[in-house]
Parts: sequence; C-alpha cells; structure tokens
Amino acid sequence: MALQHDQVVLRIVTKLLAPLIMVFGLYVQFHGDFGPGGGFQAGVIFASAVILYGLVFGLDAARAVIPPRTLRLLAPLGVLLYAGTGVLTLLLGENFLSYNAIDPAHPAKGQHYGILAVELGVGITVASVMMLLFFAFAGRGKVKA
Amino acid sequence: MLDIINVSLLLMMIVTALAIARLRSLFAVAMLTGLFSLLAACVFVLLDAVDVAFTEAAVGAGMTTVLFLATLGLTRSREKVTPKDRAIPAMLVAGSCGAVLIYALSGLPEFGAADTPVHQHPITEKYLVTSIDETHIPNTVTTLLASYRGFDTLGEVVVIFTAGMVVLMLLGRCAREREPDQDARAKD
Repeated sequence: MALQHDQVVLRIVTKLLAPLIMVFGLYVQFHGDFGPGGGFQAGVIFASAVILYGLVFGLDAARAVIPPRTLRLLAPLGVLLYAGTGVLTLLLGENFLSYNAIDPAHPAKGQHYGILAVELGVGITVASVMMLLFFAFAGRGKVKA
Repeated sequence: MLDIINVSLLLMMIVTALAIARLRSLFAVAMLTGLFSLLAACVFVLLDAVDVAFTEAAVGAGMTTVLFLATLGLTRSREKVTPKDRAIPAMLVAGSCGAVLIYALSGLPEFGAADTPVHQHPITEKYLVTSIDETHIPNTVTTLLASYRGFDTLGEVVVIFTAGMVVLMLLGRCAREREPDQDARAKD
C-alpha cells in the first residue's frame, strides 16, 4: 500500500499534517466538556493521523510508530479506566459513576475530573480499536505494504 | 439564505447518491460515500448538532472510507453487472420502501416546530438549565453522555472494544497464520 517514492507532495503534506491532526485530536479529547467533541471523536481523529501516515509511508512505518502489540494492551485499558472510575466512586461510598464522590466538597470539580477520566478511557479504546482495525484490514492485503 | 444552503446541500446529497448507484468502479463509490457523509455532516452543523456532525465527519467520511478502500484492496474493485431480469423486482422493493418512508414522513412534526414533546417535556428543561449548575460543564452533550448517562456510554465503549476484538479474531489470526504460507509459496 506504500506509495512510490516520487509522491513528494503527498509525503511532505502528510509529514506536515500528521502532528497537527494529533494535536487537534488531543484538543478535542480534553476540550470536549467546553466545545463539541469528546472521547469518541478524539479517538477517531487521533487514529486517523496514524492511518494517514500508514497509507503514505507504508504499514511497517506506521507499525513502528505504534506497534499493534501495544494497541492490543491499550484497547482494554481504556475500558478499564472507564469502569475503574465507576469502581472508584463506589469505593468512595457513592453510586457507580457518580463523580460527585471524587471531590465531595466541590461536586462540580468532582464531575469535571470524573468526566475527564471517563472520556480519556473512551478515547484510548476508540483510537486503539480504530488503528487495530486498519492494521488488520490493510495488513492482509494482496498488495504487500 | 439558510434555505438556499440547506436545499443545495440536500441536492448535492441526492446527486451523490445517484452517482453511487450508477457507478461500477468501487473505488469511486467508496470516495463518494465519504463525500456523502461529509455533506451529511454539513447538514448536521446547520441543524446545530455539532457533536453529531463531528462524529459523522470523523467516522463516516474518514474511518469508513479508509476501511472500504482497505477492503477493496483485498477483493475486486469492480461491481459485477446485475442481470437485467432482476431490475424490475429491485425497482419494486426500492419503490415500496421509499413509499413507506415518505408515508411515514407525514406523521413527523413540522421542521423546526416548537411544540413537539422533545421541547415540552420537563426533562429538557432539567438537562439544558439545571445541568450547568450541577456540573459547571457548558457542553450539555458531554454532560449527558458522560455523567447523566455514564452507564450507557460505558456500554458503548464495551461494544466498540468487543467489536474490535471480534474483527481481530476473524482477520488478525488468519493473517499471521498465512504469513509463512505466502513466504513458502514465494520461494517456490
């Protein structure tokens, strides 16, 4: 799937764009409570940077950025972070996922931290599943990467 | 002004859909489905559903197109010609489905009507007004997703995780098992 070496424009534009896409993904991730966005969108945007890199520079280059082995660990980690936040609020003596318990003196702050942690979990899982899907599909191509 | 933009976006969506139905080159079809999603995202922005537009643009136009292209790399990229005698049954099925949908449209409230249950139920007031006092988070969509409906969202994340793992079990292992085979064949 790697493009020929003469695709200079694509290669340079990708090199310029990939970091910007990643920063934008992080912005959408951590700014989701003030503007549009959140973990789902941020995960896909972040993954799309790696996928773009893989499309232009080849699968092996993308695998060197984030090995699928790491992604296979990160995908369940996001779910565990989400569920773990719920268990934490349980241990603090509140209902499952009622974030007020994180900072009982300032419930609004507790909500903020709780939502941030939960959205991060969503983002990690979505991003790693998207990249894994891309690697799985593109990795078995008839046209070798 | 807004009407002109709305109508032209919807017209472009119709044209894209017709082109998708007519084309046989599946690479072009994959790109056009991405374009269709992008137009849908624009419509969502005009409807003030920015979060939905964001998801549609990222998943529909970005991710799905890439997966389509990757799949086309594995299979044929030209659609088979459908036998002529299937045209009439297909027209009947598509026509009746469309007729049912258009009939259902008459039951919907008018576009932008303010007296629908969505706007009049007390829960709308609670989410749009009280949520800012309870959580101090301006984006109601995030508050709803992560706080009021936190358990549902946990379910969604588990669904994504499970779906990803199932695809890996179906595709990932085969790829690894096949690798030595292909190498052996290449040597022959």
